[in-house]
Amino acid sequence: MSDTLIASLVELIRRTSTILPADVVRAVEAAKGTEESGTNAAYALDVIGCNIGLAKDKSQPLCQDTGSILFYVHTPVGYDQIAFEEAAIAAVKQATAKGYLRQNSVDSITGANTGDNVGPGFPDMHFHQWRRDEVEVVLMLKGGGCENVGATYTLPNPKLGGRDLKGVENAILDCVLNAQGQGCGPGILGVGIGGDRVSGMACAKSQLLRALDDTNIDPVLAELEATVVRKANQSGIGPMGFGGKTTLLGCKVGKLNRVPASYFVSISYMCWAFRRQGVVLGADAGITRWLY
Amino acid sequence: MAVIQLQTPLTEAVARSLKVGDTVEITGRLYTGRDAAHHRLHHGEKPPVDLGGAIIYHCGPVMVKEGDRWVCRAAGPTTSSREEPYQWEVMRDHGIRGVIGKGGMGPKTLDGCQKYGCVYLHAIGGAAQVCAERITRVDGVDWMDLGSPEAIWHLWAERFPCIVTMDSHGGSLHKEVLAASTKAIEAMRA
Repeated sequence: MSDTLIASLVELIRRTSTILPADVVRAVEAAKGTEESGTNAAYALDVIGCNIGLAKDKSQPLCQDTGSILFYVHTPVGYDQIAFEEAAIAAVKQATAKGYLRQNSVDSITGANTGDNVGPGFPDMHFHQWRRDEVEVVLMLKGGGCENVGATYTLPNPKLGGRDLKGVENAILDCVLNAQGQGCGPGILGVGIGGDRVSGMACAKSQLLRALDDTNIDPVLAELEATVVRKANQSGIGPMGFGGKTTLLGCKVGKLNRVPASYFVSISYMCWAFRRQGVVLGADAGITRWLY
Repeated sequence: MAVIQLQTPLTEAVARSLKVGDTVEITGRLYTGRDAAHHRLHHGEKPPVDLGGAIIYHCGPVMVKEGDRWVCRAAGPTTSSREEPYQWEVMRDHGIRGVIGKGGMGPKTLDGCQKYGCVYLHAIGGAAQVCAERITRVDGVDWMDLGSPEAIWHLWAERFPCIVTMDSHGGSLHKEVLAASTKAIEAMRA
């Protein structure tokens, strides 16, 4: 196991847990301008702004719920994924001991906490090969509050509509309505249309890896993303569910083919403390570039 | 916005004087307690601390041991709605006067606040450093067998900032925003 790789991954975890990525900071800053001063919404965004600065300055977790630990790794063909996973596990243990991660890995039957963030599903590894000769590692830390308010809808739905864009839009807005207050808003949505119950939600989560200010290459989905954000922000839910104009900072939608019988809309809700960062590793496993 | 200074333990009169929309800062003891601790209390286990007049904080902090002392590295609120089945009982049986959390709670808790004289205080979710800065000491811990995030931590707070979002007069900001936003989103469905 490479010590350099472990050190690179500990630094990736530290930075992900303590520094909000620049695209998210810009979105939070922009939201501040839209809320009236003296309101609970403006207060919430002010505190969020302070928190972003404090976490960075003190190198301490933005949020105490450092969440599920999701690694998305692209490797050259023939790269040793088993060795990488062992290094990731070692890095997670170190980062937990240093207080960059909370002890979050709990046995689902006994309730026993492993104390080091390792166990079945911890960390959660997603490997992909590509034809490039470098290794890219993206890490997402996703807290339980926002994960709990994600949802999978099946269309048609008597209340929300049929298997068309309007039905999809209504399903997404229903999720936003139900999430209010609980997944710390303003939120960011990753949405997967189609697929099955696993691949649809995987697609939804992977949408969260896109830069917040990008534009969907599919013009139909780009329009859906914009419509959802505009309507959610007219709902009056606001930051923390306090009421206000900023309910979502973004919505990212992908699609997969489906079998004729199924039509899933899978929604992964991310809180404002949107902790994702990535690195490109050099031949010695040292960090050569940051992605966000 | 005038900030109301609160000192724990709270009296019933102070808890009942607070109204939805009040901005407060709390100084004194806070006890963390979340899912597993509430579950235990619900099953009749005696609390390890005196909860009379106390404020329970729905929080699973990041704690690191430095030498023989615990240091709080991050301590924002967790989602309160998971304690909705239990919270009113803790008000009735143990006399807590305040609950800090996020996202608000439902009708059982609101009813409990009215009956027993308690108030729900909303901290800003995700703002773990703003909150941790106001936790100046960690004085002890109980029920560590539940795991660190679920244990009852004895925190000392200095001017811990919150907004009152549910009061003892039946007021709930969460109820209001839910009703208005449901109407707005239903109108968008057509």
